[in-house]
Amino acid sequence: MADEDRKLAIICSKGTLDMAYPGLVLANAGLMMGIEVEMFFTFWGMDIIHKEKQKKLKFVPVGNPSTGIPNIIAMLPGMSPMATKMMHKGLEKIDMPPVDEFLEMIHDAGGRIWACRMAMDMMDLTEDDLVDEVDGVVGAMEFLEMAEGAQILFI
Amino acid sequence: MTTLADLKLDADGYLADPNDWTPEVAELFAQELGIELTDRHWQVINFVRQEWEKTGEMPSLRRITKQSGVPTKELYKLFPKGPAGKIARVSGLSKPKGCI
Repeated sequence: MADEDRKLAIICSKGTLDMAYPGLVLANAGLMMGIEVEMFFTFWGMDIIHKEKQKKLKFVPVGNPSTGIPNIIAMLPGMSPMATKMMHKGLEKIDMPPVDEFLEMIHDAGGRIWACRMAMDMMDLTEDDLVDEVDGVVGAMEFLEMAEGAQILFI
Repeated sequence: MTTLADLKLDADGYLADPNDWTPEVAELFAQELGIELTDRHWQVINFVRQEWEKTGEMPSLRRITKQSGVPTKELYKLFPKGPAGKIARVSGLSKPKGCI
């Protein structure tokens, strides 16, 4: 099958709940069909692989016209937690695993998970701050080397 | 003796009618995929067949790994390089469409 020669490199740069899932879903889907997958987490995407923060990713309705909620209401205290709760419910309904379990699935399925060295330095993070599934900390050039021949997705 | 050529397949090369499936059909597909079926493979196949009989659909890999007793790492070893399609094929189901 042609899929066996394909390679996917996914760059996750956003840390909100709604932007965490596209990368996770595509990485896992790729692995399910035999595509090799490398994931590179950078900037706010670091929250997805941060031990504490990954459990508290938020969905922020302000500035998001898709929610249909006017900004003046979306900015009120309590709106973001409420919207986040609703999104969690929606994800559960379609049998989507929580972020920590999803990363574990991807890792167990052979997907590789890399943290961005520059983002680590900028945010004063050490490897101890990151989940065990992280395969290593790499720079942008190292990641691009690993991604040679891959289709690259920037999220 | 039946061969793959005797079976009615769909355009993607999967068994056209899941009701035509027998353990022998699983062996034929496995052979084509270069997989030697062990008890652990059968644990997965039997679970998938049971779920299909109940729901009419292939269970997600997540459900398989949570409920069949075969965890993700092992599943990818049993059906390497694209377990979703390979499991569907040996279980006599059509190409999987689910996202997880």
